[in-house]
Amino acid sequence: MKPNRLTECGNWVLDRFPASKFWNDHMAQYYAPKNFNFWYFFGSLALLVLVNQILTGILLTMNYKPDAKLAFDSVEYIMRDVPWGWLVRYMHSTGASAFFIVIYLHMFRALLYGSFKHPRELIWIFGMLLFVALMAEAFMGYLLPWGQMSFWGAQVIISLFSAIPVIGDDLSLWIRGDYVIADATLNRFFAFHVIAVPLVLVMLVFMHLVALHEVGSNNPDGIEIKESKDPWGHPVDGIPFHPYYTVKDFVGVGVFLLFFATVIFYMPEVGGYFLEHANFIPADPMKTPEHIAPVWYFTPFYSILRAIPDKFAGVIGMGGSIVVLFLMPWLDRCKVKSIRYRGGIFKKALFLFVISFFALGYLGTQPVTPLATTMARLFTTIYFGFFLLMPIYTRWEKTKPVPKSLTKTHSLEEQFHALEEQLPALIDEITDIKPVNSEIGHPAFKSTFFNRRPNPQGIAHVISRFFKKLVESLD
Amino acid sequence: MKKLLLLFLLLLNLSFGVVASEEVELQEANIDLSDNESLQRGAQHFVTYCLGCHSAKHMRYLRIAIDIGVDQKKMLKDIAPEGASIYDQLHSAMNKHDAEKWFGVQPPDLSLIARSRGADWLYTYLKSYYLDENRPTGVNNLVFEDTAMPNPLWQLQGEQHTKVRKTIYGDDTDLVLETSGTLSEREFDLFVNDLVNFLVYVGEPVQLERQRIGKYVIVFLLLFLVVAYLLKKEYWRDVD
Repeated sequence: MKPNRLTECGNWVLDRFPASKFWNDHMAQYYAPKNFNFWYFFGSLALLVLVNQILTGILLTMNYKPDAKLAFDSVEYIMRDVPWGWLVRYMHSTGASAFFIVIYLHMFRALLYGSFKHPRELIWIFGMLLFVALMAEAFMGYLLPWGQMSFWGAQVIISLFSAIPVIGDDLSLWIRGDYVIADATLNRFFAFHVIAVPLVLVMLVFMHLVALHEVGSNNPDGIEIKESKDPWGHPVDGIPFHPYYTVKDFVGVGVFLLFFATVIFYMPEVGGYFLEHANFIPADPMKTPEHIAPVWYFTPFYSILRAIPDKFAGVIGMGGSIVVLFLMPWLDRCKVKSIRYRGGIFKKALFLFVISFFALGYLGTQPVTPLATTMARLFTTIYFGFFLLMPIYTRWEKTKPVPKSLTKTHSLEEQFHALEEQLPALIDEITDIKPVNSEIGHPAFKSTFFNRRPNPQGIAHVISRFFKKLVESLD
Repeated sequence: MKKLLLLFLLLLNLSFGVVASEEVELQEANIDLSDNESLQRGAQHFVTYCLGCHSAKHMRYLRIAIDIGVDQKKMLKDIAPEGASIYDQLHSAMNKHDAEKWFGVQPPDLSLIARSRGADWLYTYLKSYYLDENRPTGVNNLVFEDTAMPNPLWQLQGEQHTKVRKTIYGDDTDLVLETSGTLSEREFDLFVNDLVNFLVYVGEPVQLERQRIGKYVIVFLLLFLVVAYLLKKEYWRDVD
């Protein structure tokens, strides 16, 4: 067949630009392990949220005014007078929180399956840099609506720099561009939020992915699939990313967007967690709010800051809580990657870490009380204990034998089916069937209707069995 | 392990208890943004009793007229103050300089007050004024102590004074009517409720629209999910 004009045109481009090679290297012939589970959706979802933030962000800048006198009003102008402005703004504000939810789950996946270990140390480092850049992006973006929390949150965080000895005061002055948070600060934060940090983010995402595709993805079993290859040089346990994982990720995208849309359309404030109530009051440098709390995604670190009595030590502690994460690949001395084959001591430590992270997050949203401070100190100790004691306790770990090739992953449908089969027995266990009492006490009027009533003993039994299983799973 | 878990739960629970602060118990406002008549009455009350001092500068008369189902002419005649244009925002006539001289502070703009304070707070606040000779305005408020705002609704509600009641939990402050107003207690409650309902609408005029559109988006996403799932299943047939 004679090539037509269009093909010729396409070939002309492909001779000069390696589009198809790029597509093959990173999608169609990038081999990923075939047993990815639930935890592996969050990488692609993070990319989706990034795109959402960039697109809605561009639209927002078209009507937002980075000026201390106009900023607050321009956000309300977007919410009311700009057609669909409210939707774009809510997509951006919800997207910010969604970004952190997705990233926290993505990072937790790495902890579960040891994705930060050799040979993926650099992927983890790029990922951590991304996390830090994301925190900077979120922090600076939060100043832009110029509400009370924007102003005072920024005031608290930037004043932390003044705790650094010798250069502290000058440093915080340099960052703010004024003695308090003011128009100069708003303008430079706008510049950073809208162009500087997003460029860094996009570049780091690129490096994160290039590094990942160089060494290949980890998987829930923590085995290197490149070690066993078929005669054509493809990993036996691998499947091409496209189309298999592209279609699978679409399912994840659907589920994610359902939650995302529910928040946007029905609960955009999420009870004051995604959009804080005090931020609907314009920034007022003369009036400090009673209770200054950062947005939820910063609260664990804010808690650590408040838990440490000395201001400078607190800043070091807060910084340290993020720095220790960078060191994960070298703190963990266990050779086994996946939690499936790791020893009980690591499982228990991770369990405690998750609890302390949530507890610190909750305490960070609350006002300071003596008991809350004590609790925050306890959980801060656990938080750091998890990382700093890791070189010791991971050495003692009694690991289980790691299989040679990937084990079968039970898909969600199979798990649903298994649950469906168990459900009737479970319902029988937690309920009692009793005949409905007839209104007339004569045996002839005995009711033929039966009622299910909850059975406290059965429920207690099921709960205790659940906890027993939970404890067993931590061994 | 189990004991450790229990200990954690117990400690967490304790910290919840300590954090709960003692505040006046708020009364629940009955918010229904689909009740156009209530919103119309609320708009009228707002212009009559609030707009003298407070603006709602992010709201336009036209938008209100469209959203709460009032004819534009009727809006200008019955609700908006004389001389206002339908495209105007709800600006107050009081200037900043006078306000600071009279009240010590400039009365805040009320466009977003329902989002920062919450409907129940506003409802209880407007009902909780009592006589207090120590205040320059002659009144104080149970919900917002030493508020700079005089009671704009005193003629309607009547004047209240506090009465301390001893209970086993400590002292409880009740408000008792001293002189009755032009409205009965029930009428006054409804009056305040309409006003708060309007303020909630003003806080985010798009609320009803947002919820209406949300249904279609969710249905679309459910369909998308079904298609995506079937596609995934078809593609993965040769893997599993």
